[in-house]
Amino acid sequence: MREMIKMVVVLTVLSAFSGGLLAAIRNNTQDKIEMQQLTFVKGPAIKDIFEGAKNDPIQDRFTVQDGDTERTVFVALYDDKAPAVAMEDYGKGYGGDVGVMVGIDVEAGTVIGAGVTTHAETPGMGARAKEDPAFAAQFRGKDAATPIRVTGDGGEINAIAGATITSRAVSAAATKVGEAYTRLKPEIQDKVKEFTK
Amino acid sequence: MAKSIGQEFVKGLWDEIPPFRLVLGLCPVLAVTKTVQDGVGMGMATTFVLFGSNLLVSSLRKIIPPKVRIACFIIVIATFVTMVELLMQAFAYPLFLSLGIFIPLIVVNCIVLGRSEAFAYKNGVLPSMADGLGIGLGFTMSLGALGAVRELLGNGTLLGASVFGPSFEPFKFMVEAPGAFVCLGLMLAIMNLVGKK
Repeated sequence: MREMIKMVVVLTVLSAFSGGLLAAIRNNTQDKIEMQQLTFVKGPAIKDIFEGAKNDPIQDRFTVQDGDTERTVFVALYDDKAPAVAMEDYGKGYGGDVGVMVGIDVEAGTVIGAGVTTHAETPGMGARAKEDPAFAAQFRGKDAATPIRVTGDGGEINAIAGATITSRAVSAAATKVGEAYTRLKPEIQDKVKEFTK
Repeated sequence: MAKSIGQEFVKGLWDEIPPFRLVLGLCPVLAVTKTVQDGVGMGMATTFVLFGSNLLVSSLRKIIPPKVRIACFIIVIATFVTMVELLMQAFAYPLFLSLGIFIPLIVVNCIVLGRSEAFAYKNGVLPSMADGLGIGLGFTMSLGALGAVRELLGNGTLLGASVFGPSFEPFKFMVEAPGAFVCLGLMLAIMNLVGKK
């Protein structure tokens, strides 16, 4: 009987101790891990979109409540032009969700750049949406408030040859970001002002 | 036959070098030695876990009841592995991405459990620390060496830097799974030949 109690006590104490230790480490590394994920997964797209920004858009971010979900907004400040924000949304691609980061000029409400962050599209086909800068460049200057579509659907974006579904997914994701921006505009503009001060 | 601390440390580097002499822990040996960097990263993570678990198991060996010792070892090992996983995410995210699932799998690496069971549970704290560090470094060296051979032949690079120049046609077989078996087998043969004297 004594032996059994000892076994239970030792196991319980050991588990509790390790649980507590891991919780403490997790709490201390959480922010750092989030930062790393942003830098290595979303970072490249954000850097492309906000070329020439004087701040670090990954560092200067905030969240806004959009219905049930929370959106992370990245802010870029420039010396010679109006600040811009970037948000991410997803479109249904050929191999699952395609994540697209879209940068929007806060004053003009136009798209200043777009970039694919995460995808599982076919290499050499849909994957070119991420690799070919010419495709993403087409989104520049589009009005964020109107839906962005590929030419086949009556829009202005030339789809990548052989990858219409991916091109549509990117356009749909960009449209969703535009809609979200239009919906949350006052709130986003307020928050951006805090950064420009 | 009590060995000195120094001997306990050195034995892990040659006499009992894990993948070659003990032929243990082959799963990560085959899976993550595509490049030197991955191999050494994996080795370091395992070394940390080995050192930590040996230290804790040996200092708790009088408290841990023999009947539940394996459960206790697993708790201790899993704690250290989770610690490594969190720290790697926070400070070495690209390495974490390339090692992926093999970090949590250190929990079931038989070298770690084997050292707890065969050594740390029966020996004092200092020899156990030396043992963990020695075996861990031996494992790191093995993974590094295997990674170096495979990266050099399979990709023509070493630590990411080109060695043979652009005219070299990479021997792709070496970075695939069968290449890992062949390479490991050849290295085992060489080790046996040299060890025989």
